[in-house]
Amino acid sequence: MQRRRLMAGAAALLTMAGTTLAGANLAMAADKPVKLGLVAKSLGNGFFDAANKGANEAAKELGGVEIIYTGPTTTTAEGQIEVLNALIAQRVDAIAISANDPDAVAPTLKKAQARGIKVMSFDSGVAEDARTVHLAPSSDALIGEACLNLISDAIGGSGKIAILSATPTSTNQNVWIGVMKKDLAEDRFKGLDLVTIAYGDDLADKSYRETQALLKQHPDIQGIISPTTIGIVAGAKAIEDQGLSGKVWITGLGLPSELEGHVKSGTVKSFAIWNPIDLGYSTAQIAVQMVRTPDAVGPGKTVKVGRVGEIAFDDKGLGAMAKPFTYDKSNVEEFAKIF
Amino acid sequence: MSLSIEQLAADVRADREVHSARKRPFMRWEWLLLLVVLATFGLNSWASPYFLDPYTLSDLTYNFTEKAIVALPMALLIIAREIDISVAGIMALASVAMGMTAAAGYGLPAIVAMGVLAGLLCGALNGALVTLFKVPAIVATIGTMSLYRGIAYAVLGDKVLKAYPPDFAYFGQGYAFSLVSFELVLFLALALVSGIVLHFTVVGRRIVAIGSNPTAALFSGIRVERYRFWLFTLTGGAAGLASVLLTSRLGSTRPSIAVGWELDIITITILGGVSILGGKGSIVGVVLAALLMGLVTFGLGLLNVPGIVMSIVVGGLLIGVIALPILFRQMRAARRGT
Repeated sequence: MQRRRLMAGAAALLTMAGTTLAGANLAMAADKPVKLGLVAKSLGNGFFDAANKGANEAAKELGGVEIIYTGPTTTTAEGQIEVLNALIAQRVDAIAISANDPDAVAPTLKKAQARGIKVMSFDSGVAEDARTVHLAPSSDALIGEACLNLISDAIGGSGKIAILSATPTSTNQNVWIGVMKKDLAEDRFKGLDLVTIAYGDDLADKSYRETQALLKQHPDIQGIISPTTIGIVAGAKAIEDQGLSGKVWITGLGLPSELEGHVKSGTVKSFAIWNPIDLGYSTAQIAVQMVRTPDAVGPGKTVKVGRVGEIAFDDKGLGAMAKPFTYDKSNVEEFAKIF
Repeated sequence: MSLSIEQLAADVRADREVHSARKRPFMRWEWLLLLVVLATFGLNSWASPYFLDPYTLSDLTYNFTEKAIVALPMALLIIAREIDISVAGIMALASVAMGMTAAAGYGLPAIVAMGVLAGLLCGALNGALVTLFKVPAIVATIGTMSLYRGIAYAVLGDKVLKAYPPDFAYFGQGYAFSLVSFELVLFLALALVSGIVLHFTVVGRRIVAIGSNPTAALFSGIRVERYRFWLFTLTGGAAGLASVLLTSRLGSTRPSIAVGWELDIITITILGGVSILGGKGSIVGVVLAALLMGLVTFGLGLLNVPGIVMSIVVGGLLIGVIALPILFRQMRAARRGT
């Protein structure tokens, strides 16, 4: 009996607490903050933690923005759907997602849109009709150009270079190499002479052996571009093991945490990869504008994103943030802690 | 099937033994679960202002219905002292079968039939391995778990099948009436059927008898192997059905569909009070456990609790709910002892 009374009391208390919260909510409705759900592929991934850092930076800059950083434990579409349903229930104003599966999350995102929530994707996109815009970290043209700029800088503007790619059929790498070949024909890169392309198949040991062979066959090579995170590490190791550090330079796309040592030892002067902090910053900037000025963001429009500059979206709503971010001695240590 | 007097008597005896010995703690278990469900519901409404909302409550059901539909036959299987670890693999393979049927241009009925049929066949293979080749269930289904998902990966690789007709979306996204989803109605109907079969029919009592003591059941004239085979087939069929729902909800098939669900499904079953040693369990418990899992995961999601913490909570809940009754029993025994 006593227990029952206790329960009744507790229930009454709960109801009261509930009403108070609801009341507080109404009071805040006047100038309620923009709530943005930032959905990662999975939690515990340094890349997205860094993006969240950038998003919060944007939130502070814009004012009146609350970032809800969330994601599933494992990189599954089902997990992301549960997270999305929770965000929809909280009536967030906007959702920005890096999707584990572009199709499977689409029905849920459409449901969010039907309930008045603005949806965009970043990093890894979703089906076109399930979002307003997609923000890619960079574009093929910018990546190719960045690689040439980096090698040109490393070897002092002129000399023989080679490319260490992934597999001969890798879509991304082939597109980037295509861009590089096209840019090499231009005047600004006329000092660079592309001798050969080697394929390390994105395997550490094969990339290492291919680099060794490359250095033996072409002793006059001064620089290697590896537009793959596995190739650049293996290549740097091969150059160091051959004692060619400081004579042959390697650059390309890599992860700060893997390349920190090679930057310090001098084999890698600088390298590039998208900056996840800037990506999160831009994503939050765009998402908030989608809520505050819905007409300003959409396919075919150019959006101002604070310190990053302007991002143009094409008629399919695809936009590229910026050229890849360059890492060197001055900042690699800081970013190595992140990803 | 004709029954001799002796068989019947043995049945009744086994049945009476099972029920009279366990009826009371049984009931207490479900009350405990109900209490936890209500407490979680109260806690959720208190912690988040968004919880008590018809749309939220409707969305919430999607967190558990598909898993719960597989948990029902899983409960029967575990009560009969078997287990099926391959259910998520079956879901993947069934989804691929449906995707290919849809891609080949067949209509809605063929797609759904294909999903369920693929599930039944996978389940029958599990059943055959256990009953014909005498492979222990856990070993057989760990094997087929990899086999089924492996086939799904081999067929699809990194590709996706999404040629589903628009009407297909109803199963996983449609509402039977107002905000009550088709999935929820289907689950409740299946739960009702499972409950009646387990608790009010000879078949149900035999399943309990098999789980309580397979040898005794065999000598009482129950065709133990036949029951086992059909239970595996049934579980496979339910996984196929769940795959129809999930595939419809996602609108696409990838080989990674429902990865890791087997553990969630078994968790619901065990949380529902089904003894992993067999011979004990109720459908009401499983339904309550499914509801509880949905409430806990959705409630924590509403508070933006990271998934890592969520799995710790679910694990703690499982251990807590299982340990509590044992603790009570020991305390009572100790009190009686002094």
